[in-house]
Amino acid sequence: MSTATIRVRSGVKSFPRGIHPPHRKYTEAQPIQLFVPTKDLMMPMAQHIGAACNPIVKPKQEVKLGEKIADVEAFIAAPIHSSVNGVIGPGGIVLLPAGRRVPAIPIKPPAEGPMVPPDFLRIFLDRNYGDVEPTRHDPDEMCRQIREAGLVGMGGATFPTYVKLKRNPQRPVDTILLNGAECEPYLTADHRLMLECPEGVITGLHLAMHACGAKKALICIESNKPDAIDVMRKLARERPNMEVVVCASKYPMGGERQLIPAVLGRVVPSAPKGLPLDVGAVVINVATAHTIARAVARAAAFTHRVVTVTGLGVTKPGNWLVPIGTMLKDLIDDACGGVTEEAVKVLAGGPMMGPTLPHLNVPVVKGTGGFTVMRDEETARRQETPCIRCGRCIDNCPLFLSPTKIAHAVKHKDLETAANTYDLNACCECGCCAYVCPAQIPLPQYIRSGKNQWRILQQSQQKAAAAK
Amino acid sequence: MSDVVNAPDSGAAVKDKSDAGLEFLVSSAPHLSDNVTTRWIMFQVVLAMLPLFAVSIWLFRGSAVVLTVVTVAGCLLAETVANMIRGRGLASLGDGSAIVTGMILAFSLPPGLRPYQAFIGGVVAIGLAKMVFGGLGQNLFNPAMVGRAFLMVCFPVALTTWVEPMSGKIIGVDAVTMATPLAAAKFHSGELAAMKDLFIGKVGGCVGETSALAALIGGLYLVFRRVADWRQPVGMLGAAMLFAAIAHYFLPDKCAGPLYHLNSGALMFGAFFIATDYVGAPVTPRGRLVFGIGAGVLVMVIRIFGGYPEGVMYAILIMNALTPLIERWTAPKPFGGKAAA
Repeated sequence: MSTATIRVRSGVKSFPRGIHPPHRKYTEAQPIQLFVPTKDLMMPMAQHIGAACNPIVKPKQEVKLGEKIADVEAFIAAPIHSSVNGVIGPGGIVLLPAGRRVPAIPIKPPAEGPMVPPDFLRIFLDRNYGDVEPTRHDPDEMCRQIREAGLVGMGGATFPTYVKLKRNPQRPVDTILLNGAECEPYLTADHRLMLECPEGVITGLHLAMHACGAKKALICIESNKPDAIDVMRKLARERPNMEVVVCASKYPMGGERQLIPAVLGRVVPSAPKGLPLDVGAVVINVATAHTIARAVARAAAFTHRVVTVTGLGVTKPGNWLVPIGTMLKDLIDDACGGVTEEAVKVLAGGPMMGPTLPHLNVPVVKGTGGFTVMRDEETARRQETPCIRCGRCIDNCPLFLSPTKIAHAVKHKDLETAANTYDLNACCECGCCAYVCPAQIPLPQYIRSGKNQWRILQQSQQKAAAAK
Repeated sequence: MSDVVNAPDSGAAVKDKSDAGLEFLVSSAPHLSDNVTTRWIMFQVVLAMLPLFAVSIWLFRGSAVVLTVVTVAGCLLAETVANMIRGRGLASLGDGSAIVTGMILAFSLPPGLRPYQAFIGGVVAIGLAKMVFGGLGQNLFNPAMVGRAFLMVCFPVALTTWVEPMSGKIIGVDAVTMATPLAAAKFHSGELAAMKDLFIGKVGGCVGETSALAALIGGLYLVFRRVADWRQPVGMLGAAMLFAAIAHYFLPDKCAGPLYHLNSGALMFGAFFIATDYVGAPVTPRGRLVFGIGAGVLVMVIRIFGGYPEGVMYAILIMNALTPLIERWTAPKPFGGKAAA
């Protein structure tokens, strides 16, 4: 594997290229509030990368908050727990924020009592982790607890966390990075969590550090969150080998392939084969760390997450503690005052990478960090015009790819060239290329489409080879 | 909830809850843009050429205006007709690229040229060099330079006859002709121009190319606005200066000094406005530097060893032809190395 390195600057850490979109962190001063649903939830059976879960509950069965309702025997998987007290309904199909339709089981409100205890916010944000001594926990036992709690990467990739933290003598980890960059515009959930439960986040990071055997932990926060930097710095001083690193407020700072070179100077080998593990690093998100602390120290399952609902198209934006499976429509209507007349786009996530939703009938899932409801004037309306070969996409690509070349190859169905000459599959789809494109070409769309076509092509070639 | 920064208007109407059929726009991320558009870029280029235009009017009066207007008109007409033939509508006229091509072509023509000749140049530039290849972004060669090369073939005498600047002679009248500074240096056909006149542009030459100062002002504006890359001008001017310095040292009789070359002819204009044309130059950053260096060397080779005193046009056209190859050789290496297939 490649051992390429780049120079790490002293002071504020950064990576080459990238862009500076407007921050628009409208909700950064809004404390986290509890959302108590009163209507049916939908629990999708595939909320993570890997094998989908099978339900282990029957319709009409009563479930309690934190009770396991689905699991699967697979290495790359995570069980699913009921996020509320309620009654299981007959199974159905639900549209995931990412656009896939998957089987789901509804959870109806219970006969009596609220779906979520009213003091759940206090329990969730409980800052008293003084009793936790991370080194006393056995790493393997921790990984088992983390798997049982259903933890997946909460930054959006939803890779099962225990797989990432499991020690592997062949590929040791020396540094664990806490990803508090939150470089995506609009979103503030991680920022709020660092402010309101920094002890939980730090404890989770410490536990994860011990679980994966890392010698050092770096807390990476963008310079546009000075309050979070202060809070985390104070707490990090009390822990061994833990340090806060201030990162440039630049997009996509929070991408693994940008964060690791920026703070460690190590270049992660290109996707799809290369992983942070190849350079001895593991990156976990702020929300994931907090959930690890709750899972290991409080034996609490992954049932809730902080979700930012923001954008000028929503009446009352805010940061909400939401049970997984809550329907976006209920969250927006009951907590956020509904969408305004001017709302034109609803995004699952922020505006740089968030896919659009055709309607609000999607559930909050484990990887959902926020929803952005945009008005016409804050969103870019792309009218694709011819490429003028200005090279801006190449100048700004943080992975040093040639987006325009890939797009042209995909357009002409020359997938071999796209994949082999222009490294189609190395693209992280961060969207910097389209952000700067004067011809307004939806480059990531061509690239996503190309990746799909390439995968199908390869599968058919493998089938053909197997048939011979 | 009350103190939200930039929160939406509190008075905004909320959609009725029963309105379950809410439909939202579906599109591909990202949903933000830095709002730089093709039209904005072309407008910046036009803006950057205004100092040159001002100098050209000062030097050549009405002929500069007439030639520029006629050439741009030829370009727009060709684009309109081509679009109608292709059934594409006239939207592409609005992107401003035809205006830029027209202005660059007009600025590279001799001030004594007859308007109909300039008009033909404009039509050929857009019609033959751009639209035939598929319009904006598709052409291999710089349209303005193709237009000029075409005129060079059709009207060789008119294209090499130079009006004395500030003589006030109007087009069509047999103007007082003079040698350009480069011709003077190459063929020893006249006195070398004073460096100050060269820099300001008070010398014989093409409509909008004589003033190195004006080209520098406009060019630096483009570089600072990040409309043009610094690599082509730096590569082209640097390579040409270095080449001229060496040639001047060994062949002082055949080659004037590097500063003389830098400030005369189309070199400064070409480095900032023609070599930086996106379409004909490589898209890769290293490729653009190679393109600039290559163009700079070729300009000097033609100026010193070629049959013409000036070589910017052919240098750019030759480098245009080499662009696909340069791109292939200078493709950026992915940050994490080649992706495993």
